[in-house]
Amino acid sequence: MGEFLEFRDVAKAFGPIQAVDGVSLEIKKGEFFSLLGPSGCGKTTMLRLAAGFETPDRGRVFLDGADITGLPPNRRRVNTIFQSYALFPHLSVWDNIAFGLEVAKRPKAEIRREVEAMLRLIQMEDQAGKKPGQLSGGQKQRVAVARALVNKPQVLLLDEPLAALDLKLRQRMLIELDMIHDEVGITFLYVTHDQGEAMSLSDRIAVMDQGRIEQIGTPAEIYEAPRTSFVAAFIGDTNFLESEVADGLDGEYCRLRISGFPDVVAYNDKGIRPGHPVFLSVRPEKIRISRDRPLPDTRINVAPAKVEDVIYLGPTTKYWVRAGGQRVLVLRQHFRFFLDEKPIRWKDDVWIWWHGDDGFMLEGFRKGDEKLVASPPQKVGEE
Amino acid sequence: MKKKIQEAALTIPSFVWLLLFFLVPTLLVFVLAFRPPDPYGGIGPGWTTATIRDLARHPYWVIAWRTLWASAVTTAICLALALPSGYAVARASPRRRNLLLMMVIVPFWTSFLIRVFAWRSLLHPEGPVKKILVLLGLASPQTPLLYNNAAVILVMTYTFLPFAILPIYAAAEKFDFRLVEAARDLGARPLQAFRKVFLPGVRQGVVTAVLIVLIPALGSYVIPDLVGGPSSEMLGNKIAQRVFVDRNLPHASALSVVLILAVLAPLLAVLFRQRKKEKPEIILEEGG
Ligand SMILES: Nc1ncnc2c1ncn2[C@@H]1O[C@H](COP(=O)(O)OP(=O)(O)O)[C@@H](O)[C@H]1O
Ligand SMILES: [Mg+2]
Repeated sequence: MGEFLEFRDVAKAFGPIQAVDGVSLEIKKGEFFSLLGPSGCGKTTMLRLAAGFETPDRGRVFLDGADITGLPPNRRRVNTIFQSYALFPHLSVWDNIAFGLEVAKRPKAEIRREVEAMLRLIQMEDQAGKKPGQLSGGQKQRVAVARALVNKPQVLLLDEPLAALDLKLRQRMLIELDMIHDEVGITFLYVTHDQGEAMSLSDRIAVMDQGRIEQIGTPAEIYEAPRTSFVAAFIGDTNFLESEVADGLDGEYCRLRISGFPDVVAYNDKGIRPGHPVFLSVRPEKIRISRDRPLPDTRINVAPAKVEDVIYLGPTTKYWVRAGGQRVLVLRQHFRFFLDEKPIRWKDDVWIWWHGDDGFMLEGFRKGDEKLVASPPQKVGEE
Repeated sequence: MKKKIQEAALTIPSFVWLLLFFLVPTLLVFVLAFRPPDPYGGIGPGWTTATIRDLARHPYWVIAWRTLWASAVTTAICLALALPSGYAVARASPRRRNLLLMMVIVPFWTSFLIRVFAWRSLLHPEGPVKKILVLLGLASPQTPLLYNNAAVILVMTYTFLPFAILPIYAAAEKFDFRLVEAARDLGARPLQAFRKVFLPGVRQGVVTAVLIVLIPALGSYVIPDLVGGPSSEMLGNKIAQRVFVDRNLPHASALSVVLILAVLAPLLAVLFRQRKKEKPEIILEEGG
């Protein structure tokens, strides 16, 4: 099965703003694909290009092998769930869902059957007569889903459909969306700035920034093997260590030199030559922290550190520690009744260590991306 | 309670204004319709229903019918022009929007009477419009552009169009145009989206536009007088004739009463329907 919805080198500018800047993307049939990125990175514009509300300045859009770049929205077999839902306020729930079928002049009996099936799917059979103004946020969202799905689109486009809902409802709708995707088997193109949503729903994710795609991959690939500092910092937390490749080791490992820090072993899958500067990304939960020095191992990186801040988060605790010239964030799950040692506190001397495979050498690094990481508390705990 | 009194106090000036300059004259007209005329243009003693009953014997039906359809046609044309205009203005960028609104309002800077006279010279047999039409072969030199029903409807449309555009624009400005995109997304062609989503969305503006055009159109007097011919007289002209030529105030009043009732009936019908529609929705919202 090849690509189903394809963007080929698509660009779109609004005046001086380059909203989408040469994006190529291939989405497979039946896939749940997410566009993930910060606000203003061009996600909505990508959806509008797919829906036909915008025409690209450059590049083509293909659907099921056909070039749809010039087709108006009503002639594309894609449907959109708008960020604001955009339900028709003058029509009842029933008429909202029937809208697409009625415009398509389908037989009355068929319309009735299809709308009723949709109402069952969204469990709102008893609300069919209500107007959108009388519905709750979650109900509106479900009607928007039904109104789009009833047309059996080839691709369903969803623009931050959960952004307007509160946390609990969002979690429930997340599960519902997932179930609906499994049930109807339609290709979903899902736009969100929420990494949690993208991670939990998607088969694959494209991380976008400033109109470009930074990385495409499964949620695990994106999280575990970020290619750029932006991806590493935007998806979850991370530590960036500015370093230089010192020498190669056996196999694909190499030694990195970091100023004010012991040398570090890292997996050099990108084959970066000695002498080159490189940024290492280490996720805070991959770093271990303890009072006792771990047993030495050739693949383990160890550094002494001093705790500068402790932030209790419930399931986990965040430790900001200073190791040499570096501030490092460590995330640790605690087991209240399986304490291996007495709790680590502010100003304690500790050891931190991580396995060489858990550090990622980044291909691209932009200085500003460090700011995306929850910034360390400055000057706290320093007399 | 105190707040209510204060609020009521605020409405007193406008209430007094309406009472003095709208209600009292209207009532006066109603009263006069039931008084006999005297031969000198004044009011005779006593009361009578003869004037009202006499109306039916005059050949007013033709004129009433013409008044009605000329006003209806004017309203329809105004709506047909105002809907796309209101849509376009609301969708324009803020800067262009102000410019366009300005263009709608600018005619009001010139006296209405002068503008009607301007049309007279425009449509004059020797006037520029006629010359251009003849030059383009769209009209023969004999085609009259002035002093007929078409001229009356043209100038009425010109006069009332801004009054139709403004309420529709006001409604369109509040309209969420993403709904049009949603309709297009669901397969509606541009015109279908306009009809099925935009039109219901600006319904209130359309109702206002119809009332605001139809009612003054029904009472037109200057326009048919100046650009209409003998066979394009409207009720307004007849009323004026009864006052100025026949000097028969009761007769003029009786005609006015008929016109007022004709105008009031659809207005009340619309208002009543809106009331009825609003109430159940409020109850539902409280229940749900
Ligand atoms: N119609 C438009 N006119 C002008 N600028 C726009 C328009 N639509 C989007 N933009 C700009 O393009 C950029 C990308 O916008 P958008 O695709 O909506 O981002 P996202 O959905 O990721 O938040 C933003 O800087 C936004 O301001
Ligand atoms: Mg957006």
